[in-house]
Amino acid sequence: MTENEILAGLAEIINEVAGVPADQVAADKTFTDDLDIDSLSMVEVVVQAEERFGVKIPDEEVKNLKTVGDAVNFIKAGAAA
Amino acid sequence: MTYGTRISGLGDYRPSTIISNEDMAKLVETSDEWIRTRVGIANRRKAGADETVVTMATAAGAKAIADAGIDPTEIDLVLVATCSLLATMPHAAPRVAVALGIPSPGAVDINAACAGFCYALSFAADAVRGGTARNVLVIGAEKLTDITNWEDRNTCILFGDGAGAALVSRSADGSEGIGPVVMGSAGELSEFITMNDKLQMVMEGQSVYRWATGVLPTVVREILDRTGIDAANLDALVLHQANLRIIDSVARSLHLPESVAIGRDIVESGNTSAASIPLALTTLRETGEVTSGDRMLLLGFGGGLSYAGQVITCP
Repeated sequence: MTENEILAGLAEIINEVAGVPADQVAADKTFTDDLDIDSLSMVEVVVQAEERFGVKIPDEEVKNLKTVGDAVNFIKAGAAA
Repeated sequence: MTYGTRISGLGDYRPSTIISNEDMAKLVETSDEWIRTRVGIANRRKAGADETVVTMATAAGAKAIADAGIDPTEIDLVLVATCSLLATMPHAAPRVAVALGIPSPGAVDINAACAGFCYALSFAADAVRGGTARNVLVIGAEKLTDITNWEDRNTCILFGDGAGAALVSRSADGSEGIGPVVMGSAGELSEFITMNDKLQMVMEGQSVYRWATGVLPTVVREILDRTGIDAANLDALVLHQANLRIIDSVARSLHLPESVAIGRDIVESGNTSAASIPLALTTLRETGEVTSGDRMLLLGFGGGLSYAGQVITCP
């Protein structure tokens, strides 16, 4: 899976969970400040991302995912493993 | 000989004292806005000193019996789902039964925390189906404010008191008004909801949220499968009232049609554990969002962690 495919998938999830327009979801955007996603919405994004991309994103890792790009990289590494 | 089952009556009891979010903000560092956006609660009920698990269960049970229009002497079993009876002995059900004038029925409490009502309902349906009992009174009753840590702003804003009841009876024509139950547990996650040495609830809210939003949509689909209906045939979805965000998340991920009513009693009642589903049922019926014959999917989940759910037909 390419980074762009993961980004597009995340954008769809974020749109469904938090109502953020998909075209605003870019690699350099932070979840909290730029996209206004609170901790509970973040949990839902993580749960759906795990299902969609077939990766495990442990709780202790979630707090390290500041930007959408962080999540894309983590998912890419996890999917390749 | 086996029998068909139905819910023949519903009843509730809501303590008169209302605690608003503004009231909570006087106790702990919180705000109406924070509580509404995080958990969707506006008010919760608090029982007074004279309102106990037993008295509230009795009041809800009496209304369910009256709603069904049956004689208490025809009830053979009383099940009380609760996790907030401080002294676990004597258990609540025999005392509720005697207060209701039900002569020497089988009487047992069931503790599956917030999933308790749906477990009790499935056991009641099995007892009626198999001929063990003619009518079973099922009650969820909680005085959670007795086991709330009023210094923990993450949990004390959540909980309320109350009781809800359903009477399970034989159907006249053998039809099934209580569908097959789907139940399960995840004991490896039991530390997410516990009690401290002062017997106060302690909860890792975010971990429970993750488990619930991940698992519940799958459980709902399994209930629909076993019942043999599509989501489009449902008239209402009544989840345990733990957090409005969980309810909305599960409803969203199921892509339910607009026509499906969603139990949102949590807004006015808070999280009442085993009482929350029957309380949400009576609210949906009183507001006219569901009417007799409607099919409603119930799903309780929480401490244990554990869950149980089934489709019922509204009396």
